[in-house]
Amino acid sequence: MTNNACLRIALCAALMAPGGAAPSHAEGHVIKIDGSSTVFPVTEAVAEEFQKNNKGAQVTVGISGTGGGFKKFCRGETDIQDASRPITKKEMDACWESGTQYIELPVAYDALTVVVSPKNSMDSMTVAQLKKMWEPAAQGNITKWSQVNPSWPSQELKLYGAGSDSGTFDYFTEAIVGKSKSSRGDYTASEDDNVLVQGVANDANAIGYFGFAYYAENKDKLKAIKIDGGKGPVAPSKESVENGAYQPLARPIFIYVSKKSMKRPEVKQFVEFYLRNAADLVKEVKYVPLPPSAYQAALERFQKGRTGTAFGGKNVVGLTIQEVLSRRLAS
Amino acid sequence: MTSTTDIKAIIRRHRTRDAAFAVLGMVCLLVCIATLMALLVDLAIDGVGRLSPGFLTSFPSRFPGKAGILSAWVGTILVMLVTALAAVPLGVAAGIYLEEYARKNWLTTIIEINIANLAGVPSIVYGLMALGLFVYQFHLGQSILTAGLTLALLILPIVIIATRESIRAIPGSIREAAYALGATKWQAIKHHVLPYSTGGILTGVIIGLSRAIGESAPLITIGALTFIAFLPPAPVQRTFPFVNFDWLASPFTVMPIQLFNWVSRPQQAFHLNAAAAGLVLMAMTLAMNGIAIYVRYHSRKRIKW
Repeated sequence: MTNNACLRIALCAALMAPGGAAPSHAEGHVIKIDGSSTVFPVTEAVAEEFQKNNKGAQVTVGISGTGGGFKKFCRGETDIQDASRPITKKEMDACWESGTQYIELPVAYDALTVVVSPKNSMDSMTVAQLKKMWEPAAQGNITKWSQVNPSWPSQELKLYGAGSDSGTFDYFTEAIVGKSKSSRGDYTASEDDNVLVQGVANDANAIGYFGFAYYAENKDKLKAIKIDGGKGPVAPSKESVENGAYQPLARPIFIYVSKKSMKRPEVKQFVEFYLRNAADLVKEVKYVPLPPSAYQAALERFQKGRTGTAFGGKNVVGLTIQEVLSRRLAS
Repeated sequence: MTSTTDIKAIIRRHRTRDAAFAVLGMVCLLVCIATLMALLVDLAIDGVGRLSPGFLTSFPSRFPGKAGILSAWVGTILVMLVTALAAVPLGVAAGIYLEEYARKNWLTTIIEINIANLAGVPSIVYGLMALGLFVYQFHLGQSILTAGLTLALLILPIVIIATRESIRAIPGSIREAAYALGATKWQAIKHHVLPYSTGGILTGVIIGLSRAIGESAPLITIGALTFIAFLPPAPVQRTFPFVNFDWLASPFTVMPIQLFNWVSRPQQAFHLNAAAAGLVLMAMTLAMNGIAIYVRYHSRKRIKW
């Protein structure tokens, strides 16, 4: 009997005790990061290295997606936001209302790669051809390669692409079709790029798009299409992304730092560590680093505490990194 | 008049059907087991090479060879602990009330229908509700406590239904015998109904916890992390009062989230990590079930009717 009573009291205590104390715990020194799954590998690498060099530092990284992450960031729940696209007008308004000021810092390039199977004879495509293939009007109408270009084979066209919740989908539609989220719906969609890799690799008539890292890891199974953005066909590579030749499918990815959190020395130290070591760490996780001058400029922007976005709430395609860093900021 | 030969023919025919059904049942069972085995073997081929003490004692890393699941398995165990501590007493008490005390009227009927429906609600809905209630209303934070309570809500209907089913299976004569000896209702339940139905209740708890351990969607919704390289504070400490409940408020990640993150990485080596983590998760589920089976076995041994 007494044993039982003890157990019950302990149980109640276990369930009730922390209720009041919960929110205050540990928030003092944990650096909270959330947002895009595309930016995650970079931030994870920096967090890992930062904690190795600063014993006792605590960094957490979540994956809520760029959109979900911005909601938390603008409510002031996170210190840093991983974003695979610039902040939108709606998100700017949400941040404005809650008084969350932010510093926009590009940290790496991500390139979208259009791929076919090595058995496919296709080599390069223009943006107009890709648009004809992927725009909403193509749904049900463009079902053969020859319908895009009469000189292409009269084979069935099988499409693989990103699911509509991902930043990759937003960017591809913006860059190719001209309007974000505007795409045909009759294609094999997956949020998991590895599924798309398998689909395209095993089908000579398939074409698909996904992040450069997934192509780089599967070069033996896939062939990257050279993209002609108006200045001749360019193959995706570290060099062509870095020098801005691979357009319009290369884009910078960002972190947004809350100005309020920046006052905490550990957050300031973390972001400085991020920008100083990004060039090496970005390469290790198979992303394309920005030129050193860009990291220097970003560091300067951060140290001067210059808030706001260079994009004015719109996702502008085809900006070079110098343009991204020199445009006027607005919040 | 049917002759003996006719009767023999009928018996033969029925025996053939009997044997045929046994074979059919066997085939169904084998299909289930073969599927499970194929999955397990596939997972083992990929993952076994990565299993090592280091894998269990390392934090996640950008280098697949150095990455481990320490924060994930600790998180999973702590979350499941909270889930079990919250869901089992609540679910069993609710089951007892509905089965033994509640009067049959429209209100209890509505409650019953709702519980049955709740068992089929997609888990993400529980996540959204928990985000609004536990995180924003009660300010429990994006913590182990919130996660445990969310999963407790998720498996509560399963526990309630299992409790009711196994209580219902206790013969009425047992209760009547207890009343005849002057036992009150609560005494009859405490000394007879509950001990005899422990086995069935535990089965329900196992099914519920096995579902909860594999959930990731509701936990991501309430703010579970993907990368975390420190452990929650220890539950015991050297100074008074020796126990410490700070771990309940700690940020966390769980095995399915770590697994999912590795599966979606481009590098093949991370996929092997995911397979190894899958094996560990299977082992954890099995261990949990093993404990429940052990308890059930012992509770059955004590019953003497």
